[in-house]
Parts: sequence; C-alpha cells; structure tokens
Amino acid sequence: MINETAIWLILALPVGAFAIIGLLRPVIGPQSKWTGWVTIAAIGASFALSVAALASVMTEGVQHFPQRDWISAGSFTLSFGLLLDPLTAIMLVVVSGVSLLVQFYSQAYMHGDRGYTRYYAYMSLFTASMLGLVCARNLVQLFVFWELVGISSYLLIGFWMDRPSAAAAAKKAFIMTRFADFGFLLGILYLYSQNPAWLDIPALYDAVAGGAIAATVATWISLGFFMGAAGKSAQFPLHSWLPDAMEGPTPVSALIHSATMVTAGVFLVARFFPLFEASNAMMTVALIGGFTAVFAASMGLVANDIKRVLAYSTVSQLGYMMLALGVGGYVPALFHLFTHAWFKAGLFLASGSVNHATGTFNMRYMGGLKRYMPWTYAGMVIGGLSLAGLFPLSGFWSKDEILAHTLEPGSVTGYAVLGLGLLAAFLTAFYMFRAIYMTFHGTYRGGAEAEAADLKNDGQPIPPGMGHTHLAESPWIMVAPVTILAVMAIGAGFFSNPPANLGINGKHGFGRFLTHNDAVFHSPEAAEHAGAKPHFNWPIALGSTGLALAGIALASAMYLRVSISPQTLGRLFPHAHRVLYRKYYFDELYEDLIVRKGFHRLFAGAFSWADGNWLDNVNVQISAWTGRIGRGLAIVQNGQAQTYVFAMILGAVTAIAAFLIWF
Amino acid sequence: MFTGILTATVFLPAAAGAVIALAARSDQQVRWASIASSIVTFALSLIVFSGYYVDPDGVRFIDRFENWIPIPGLESQYLLGVDGLSAPFILLTGLLGMAAALASWRIRLRVREYYLWLLILTSAVMGVFASLDLLLFFIFFEFELIPMYMLISIWGTGRPRYSAMKFVLFTIFGGAFLLVAVLAVFISTGTFQMVALPSEAGSVIQGIPQRIAGADLIAPAALLFSFFLIAFAVKLPLWPLHNWLPDAHTDAPTAVSVMLAGVLLKMGGYGLLRINVGFFQETKGFTVHDAAGVLAVLAAVSTLYGAIVTIRQTDMKRLIAFSSVSHMGFVMLGISAIAGSGAAASGGLNGAAMQMFTHGTITGLAFLMVGLVYDRAHTRYIPHLGGLWRKIPAIGVFFLIAGFASLGLPGTSGFVSEIMVFLAAFEVWSFAAGFAAFGVVLAAGYVLWMVQRTFFGPGPAKGGMSATQYEALEDAHPFDMVPVLALSTAIFAVGIWPRLLTDVFRTGIEATIR
Repeated sequence: MINETAIWLILALPVGAFAIIGLLRPVIGPQSKWTGWVTIAAIGASFALSVAALASVMTEGVQHFPQRDWISAGSFTLSFGLLLDPLTAIMLVVVSGVSLLVQFYSQAYMHGDRGYTRYYAYMSLFTASMLGLVCARNLVQLFVFWELVGISSYLLIGFWMDRPSAAAAAKKAFIMTRFADFGFLLGILYLYSQNPAWLDIPALYDAVAGGAIAATVATWISLGFFMGAAGKSAQFPLHSWLPDAMEGPTPVSALIHSATMVTAGVFLVARFFPLFEASNAMMTVALIGGFTAVFAASMGLVANDIKRVLAYSTVSQLGYMMLALGVGGYVPALFHLFTHAWFKAGLFLASGSVNHATGTFNMRYMGGLKRYMPWTYAGMVIGGLSLAGLFPLSGFWSKDEILAHTLEPGSVTGYAVLGLGLLAAFLTAFYMFRAIYMTFHGTYRGGAEAEAADLKNDGQPIPPGMGHTHLAESPWIMVAPVTILAVMAIGAGFFSNPPANLGINGKHGFGRFLTHNDAVFHSPEAAEHAGAKPHFNWPIALGSTGLALAGIALASAMYLRVSISPQTLGRLFPHAHRVLYRKYYFDELYEDLIVRKGFHRLFAGAFSWADGNWLDNVNVQISAWTGRIGRGLAIVQNGQAQTYVFAMILGAVTAIAAFLIWF
Repeated sequence: MFTGILTATVFLPAAAGAVIALAARSDQQVRWASIASSIVTFALSLIVFSGYYVDPDGVRFIDRFENWIPIPGLESQYLLGVDGLSAPFILLTGLLGMAAALASWRIRLRVREYYLWLLILTSAVMGVFASLDLLLFFIFFEFELIPMYMLISIWGTGRPRYSAMKFVLFTIFGGAFLLVAVLAVFISTGTFQMVALPSEAGSVIQGIPQRIAGADLIAPAALLFSFFLIAFAVKLPLWPLHNWLPDAHTDAPTAVSVMLAGVLLKMGGYGLLRINVGFFQETKGFTVHDAAGVLAVLAAVSTLYGAIVTIRQTDMKRLIAFSSVSHMGFVMLGISAIAGSGAAASGGLNGAAMQMFTHGTITGLAFLMVGLVYDRAHTRYIPHLGGLWRKIPAIGVFFLIAGFASLGLPGTSGFVSEIMVFLAAFEVWSFAAGFAAFGVVLAAGYVLWMVQRTFFGPGPAKGGMSATQYEALEDAHPFDMVPVLALSTAIFAVGIWPRLLTDVFRTGIEATIR
C-alpha cells in the first residue's frame, strides 16, 4: 500500500520546483543553470514515486484515499482527493518518465537561451499539472488541472513571445481548447445538475454500474466531455491549433504536444469509459477518431517542416486512440497511448537534434545528415519504423491491437473505421519515410544559411529563431534521451503487452493490469470486451504491415531513388497539392472568416456600435432633453413682471373662452 | 454595546485625511502619512476579518448608539457590525484602500486634496459594508459620490468632467429609488435595523428581515424589490444600466479605477445580497424567488453582452471596464440560483459573494498593471503597443496573472467563484447559465488578445512609441510592486484555498436565506 502523502508528493515536487524557481527568479536571473537541475531532481523524484505507485497498484490493485473539502458553503460542497487505479498509475509513469528525459535533453537544447530559468519554471508547472490531472478523483478537480495544463501549454508555445508567430500560436491554442472546454464544462454542469454526488468519480462509476444514469443523460454528458477531449487531443474539427503549436521549443513539442498533454483527451474518454459505454456517443468518438487519423495524415504528406510532419502525425495517432476507444477498445487505446508517448517523444527530440545541427526545421534545406549524426539518424529511423507500425517495434503491437479491435463490435462503424485505420497506416508510413529521406539521405542542401539566402532572394523577411549550421552530432545529453526513447520504441510494446508468456511479464500483462479495476470493469467479460486479452489477427497484421511497407516503398521511390518525381506529381494534381498544403483552408475558415470577419467585425461590431449609438445615446438624449425642458420651463420664471401679466391675461382669456364655448 | 474597532476602521481614513490635509507641511508628508494611515486601516480591517474568521458566527464587533438622530419616531440607530457577509468586504475595502493609496505615490497634482478625497472615499465605502442600520447604509451609499466626483473630475484623463457627471447622474438616479424604498421599508416595519441582534437582556431584537416577513407593506413587495434592484443594478452594473461604467473607469486615475472596480461595484452586489435577497425572503405577495427567473436572464444578457462588447475595445482600461460588466453578471447569475434547492441556493449566493471579492482583487490588479503601463508608454491604445515584455517583464508577469485570473484560470480566485456560480445556477436556470458560461470563452479571447498585442511581439506597433522611447522604458519600481504583490497574494490564496473566504461567507449567507 503506498502512502497518500507519497502520491501528493508526486505532484507537489514539481509544484515546489515551479514555486522555488518562480519566487527566486528576480534574484537568480534569467539564465540560472541550477534551475534545470532543480527541475530534474524534482521530476526524478516524482518519477521514482510514480514507479512505486505503479508497483503498488500492480500488487494490490485500486487504492482508495479520502475526500477532503475544498469549498464548503452550506449544503454546497466541492471536494478533492486522489484516485489511484491502473489508468492513473500508467499515466503517472509515462508523464513523469517522458518529462524527466525531456528535461535532461533541454539542458543542452535550451543552453544559452535568454529564458532558461523561465523555461524550467514552466516545464515544472506543466509536469505538476499533468500529474495532477491523472490522479484527480473529483471532476472539478480534474477540470482544474485540465485548465492548468492548458495554460502551461499556452506559456510554452508562446515561450519565445517576441516572435509574433509564437504569440499568435499560443493564443490560438488556448482559445481553441477553451472553446472545446466550454463543452466539457457544460457536461460537468449537466452532470452536477443530475446529482451533485456524481462529481466524485468513484461515485459516478457506481452510478453507471447501478444503471442510475439514463442513456440520453449519459449521451449528452459524454458528448460534452468528448468536445473537451477533442479540443485537447486536437481531433477534427478542433485540430488546427496543434500544428501551429510547434512554434514552441522542440522539447516542449516532444513532451506536451505529442507525448502527454495532447493525450489528456484520450485519457479523459478513458477515465469516463463506463459513462461513454452507457451512452450513445461511442459511434461519434470512433468516427471522429477514424476520420482524424486519415485527415491529419493527409496533410502530413506535403508538409516541409519536419516538426509539422510530426505534429500531423500526432493528430493522426491521437485519432487512432479515439477510434479505438470508440469501438470499445479501452486497452488498445491506452496501449497505443503508452507506446506512442515513447516513440513520438523520441522522434521529436531527434528532430530537435537535427535542428541543433542545421539551424532550421525546413526539410528542403536538409539532406544527407545520416553521415554527420548517426545516433540521431538511428533514433529517427527506429521511431519512424515504430510509428509506421512494423514488426517487432512497439507501434506494431499497439496499432494492430487497435485495428483488430475494430472487428470486435461487428458493427458498420467498426468496419468503416478499420478502413480508415488501414488507409492512415499507409499514409503514415509514407510521410514518415518521406521525412526521413528528405532529412538524412541524399545530399546536404545548406541548412539555415541556404534557407535565409533563398528567403532573401524572394524578398521575404527572415523569421526570428533561425539558427546556424554546425553539422555534427548533438551533445550526449541530447543523444542519450533519444537513445533511451529508441530503446523504448523497440521494446515497450513487446514487453508490456506480450502476446505470449514472457516470464517477467505474463501474457497480455498490460491488458490484464489495466482491466483489473472492478469499478470500471465489473466482469471478466467486460474486461475481455475492452481488449484485456487481444487476439492476434493474422490477416490484419499482415495487411497493415503490407500497407506500411507499401508506404515506405512509395516514399523511397519518390524521395530516395527519385524514380517518381514529387514535382511532377505535384504538377499533375495541383489542386490536391494546394488543398493539402493549405491544410484544407481550415485556418482561413476559422481565423479569417468565422472569428475575424464574422464574429469580431460583424457580430461584436454590431453590438459595440449599438451600445454606443443606441443604448448610451438614450442616456445622452435623456440628459439633453432634461436640459431642454428645463430651459423651456425657465421662461415662466424669468422675473419680468410684464411677462407674468401677459401670461395672466392670456390665461384668463383662455379660461373665459373655454367657459363660453363649453357651457 | 460598543467595541469601537469598527468605528475606528470606518472613520480612521477620513479623520486621518482631514488631519493630514491641515497639518502636513509638504506634499511628501501628505503622501507618506496618507499611505501610513491606509496601511493602519488595512491592519484594522484584517483584525476585524480574522477576528470573525476564527469564530464565524452571528453579528460581531457591534458599535451601537440608539437614537443618534434625536427625532422622535425615527428609529434609526448608529449601528455598525459585521457578519459573515460583510466581514470579507471590510477586508477587501481595507486591502484596496491601501493598494490605491500606495499606487497614488506618483500623483503630483494637488496632492493634499487628492489624498483627502481618497481617504474619505475609503471611509464611505467601509461605512456601507459596516452599517447595519438601513438609513446609515443609505447615507454612506450616497456619500461616496462626493469624493468620487472630485477624484474623477480633477485628476482624471480624457473627458473627466463628462464621465464624473455621468457617474453621479446614474448613481443618483438609482439613489432616488433607493431612498423611496428605504423609507417605505421603514414605514412598513418600523425599524431600520437590517439584521436580528441579541439584546442585552438576552432576547432577540428583530430586524427588518424578520419583521417584513408576512407583514402588510405600504407598497407592493414587487415594487419595493424593483426599486432596490434598480438602485443596486446601476451600481453593479447590470445591463442595460451599465453605460456610466466604461466612461468613469476609463477617465479615472489609476487608483480611483482600482477603488471603483474593486469595491464600489461591490456595494451594488452587497446590497442585492443583503437587501434584495435578505429582506424579500418571506414578503407578502412577492419574494426574491419570484424574481429569480428575470434575474437569471438579465445576468446572462449582461455577461454575454458585456463580453461581446469587450472584445471590440481598443483602450486597455476600457477593455477591463467592459469586462467588469461581464464579470458582474456572474454575481447576478449566482443570486438567481436562490430559486433552487438548498445546495444550489447556497452555492449560488456564496458564489456571487465570492465573485464580488475575487473580482475586486483581480480587476484591482488589472487596473494597477494598466496604470503602470500607461505611466511608461503614455498610451493605452492597444494597436499602438507591443513587445512590452522584453522591456518591462516584471509588469508583464503580473499583467499576465491579472489576465489569467480574469479569464477564470484555476489556481486563481477567479475560477473558484465562477465554478460555484455555474454549478449552482445551471441546476436552476440551465439555459441562462449555459449561455453565461460561454462568457469564459470570450474572456479568454479578449484577455489573450490584449496580452498578445501589448506585451508580446518584437516591439511597439507602427504609430506607437519610437524606438528610443521603447528602449528607454523602465520596469516597475520596487515600490510599485507593493500593492501588486498584496493583491496577487489575495488572488492566489483564495484560488488555492477558497475556504479562507467561503467559511466566512457561508455563515452570513445561511443567516440571510433562512
């Protein structure tokens, strides 16, 4: 049994690091080297405690801790507490583990940056918030951390806030996710209005199990929650903020915008999995997830910025996870979350390493780098193979579980998303290897200097943040995390959820562990339905591997051997290329048409105009007329006797005339 | 009964102001003596609050003279006291009064008069929250107009006299209704006493809420209720009576904006809770419960309308001013939950009270930060600003904190009150609360837009300050940071541990709605 204090410490340690760095910032200056080590120490301790928590849940199952009052006002109370179940334990280890590696990496990557101190403060805040999110027991408490990860993401995307693009991307990310959180909030409010006690997640599980929540109620609540989840996990149609979020430092992209924060949406759906299952929202989840998987991958086909390729890939992989949840695949979804966290963080860190050497993220100015940076190359290829889902890397196991699980419900939706999933598998392999070939193979195309020269020739401004070329392998402190993540990319899948008994970890270890949770899965059948013991599906495994190999083959034909010229292809389908390159014009639709023109100029403009010209004008007119009436009435008291006499005579005449006429 | 501490808290600022104005030999002396007296006032208010906090029950710190106005039949008393509803506002007034005095240290024009009026203003507002006699309450409520008019019209910017006059006219318009309603309540009940008090003999002296229950009134209860509502809605302000606020806020000097947004608006919300909710529980023919639906709709309109108009603002102060219209709508929304179950009513009213306190600290901080920016950049026009973070990062940090708190970020007090109000109100008025909750999305829009355009980016936009002016910008003086840190501490303390306030508010609220 792990101590409650130990769990609180998991998040309190990074909070402490944040507070210390933040409070001492005026004294220690913007580039204090020890802030990195404070953060690493705090997160390292959190990681150790997270592992202890995982071990404790493994041996003793779900653990219960008391609720405490956060607000108590008469009969209105809000409480908080800890929820330590297998889902929490897995997430704790993933979050603190990836975060720890990323902090090491950042030591070198952020070296010499003007905001070094600030960077580690934000990173600590983010890690604490994310850890708090996964062990929240109360829905409002969860929402608190949900918003806090949002704000940490905002701060880190806009870390280089003197770059207009970074400032705009940060704002966009926060407002889009806030918009989505409006749905989440309405879901919470509706849930609360049904029964205030259900804010407590274990109580909600009981209520669902006891059939206390009607299907329509569950559907509305689930849809609200899913809106929040879709925003955080960048699912269509709320996806467009994530590619822009790449404006943040690369380690941030690795930790927040691929491995952990963006998976919070998946986590949320998993957390309320019984509620979703009791609702009619599952089909929506599956279809949105499946569609996003293909939709995002298609934009990754033509992107030239290596981080954007990875960002589209993240959106697409999150789509896979949502798809899996939508067809009831609790275990496959979280298994993919688990493997994806490692290999995608590795890919991002490797891309940061590439940037460290070339000074740019634009793959058109890279090429031939495998000669200079063999470790980075190896890390990228292993991560790429894992992402493409090739045997025996971790991505293969998790992706295939998802695809196999789509057949489980035997529904039309299931077959539809299987098709989408297979298509996305092909696209994924293609764009990933297109990126690897453009970056590491062929000849070197000049890096940041060449890009700057080209921009100058075109008369365009050089964007801030462009670095310098120094072609060499990155320092060990950057390479080591990439290597560790590559090892995880190879082994994580096989060792965590082996299809055969391995001794250390028994057959279906991950699935059995995750479903060993009576509150969520009441019966062995329910656990089985959620994918506790996935069957290996040969046709699907072979089919998806074949598609992935086809994708790699096509990529090598186009970008390695250039037997098919990408330029010719682009000329053959100019419209398709442009639509993909402009991201289906969603930025134009949202930012220009809806927000700027529609909402800001037209709608809010009309309100603002009416406020000044109608409503306030009423006030002004009332006061003006009061003045006029006063001045008008003042005539009767102007102090001139002749006026008074005249008025008296006029009155008398009128009175007499009236008398004569009427009577 | 006379403990004296409340009388001291209320009158110390004004008395000190008068003595300082007469006796101080230089502006420098005026400045430091006034700041010192505001700090003492804050200390007194802190004593009152913490005294109440350790044992939150009933009415405490009573100062009372019966028949202080020797007119037979006029049952008015000099009656000061705090209960759970007013204790936090005493603290808020002390805190913001201190912040305002500290933030005024750069004032150079007619320093003596300035501080006199500022201290009188603090006394007047403190008196509103400390009075438990309705006539005394009314006197303080109206008296605040005089220092406010002077402060805006003499030390203001832009169109100060227009704005000051507008403020006065609106408030007097509401005040007329208030006076009629106050007198009608007195005539109907025969007392001005706003709460029940224990007598020295050990029995209970009934106040208006007890006597008005089921009594025959000289005017329909609905009419009296709407008279009070109009008076307090102007102050709050509630749509469509809000138009005085953007002008007054924009043209007032920084410290006065802090007081205006921080505590003066709260007089409206406090009146609503104390009087519209407290008196009209069991009135004959019409109770506050009957009005709740209308209040919910007005709240939703206020919230969304305020937020939508805020989005169009280009002056930093005006933007924050309009956002207050939106945020004070949440107060009304919380009050509308009175029609719900026990938990909803408690949550809503406590949430409303919390929202007033938190908005006071948050908007106070926002105005302080805008003031600091304006002192340096000499413009508040957002499209002309930009890149301020690089030159004045300390101001940036706290500007960002004020912004985050304003958009309801968890960890800051803004979130606590909003979630309380939403949870409670949604249970009763789902649509109104759902629409109003969209205000938080819009809040993210206007706050982050303002932050992006003023503090982020490479440097000032075209038409703004020149490169030399920009490079010469100086970050906050340590003395500027004193009030900033005080308000930020309050924002985080309440945000992280809301029971600091809810444990107090709830005793007052429970007594009010029972």
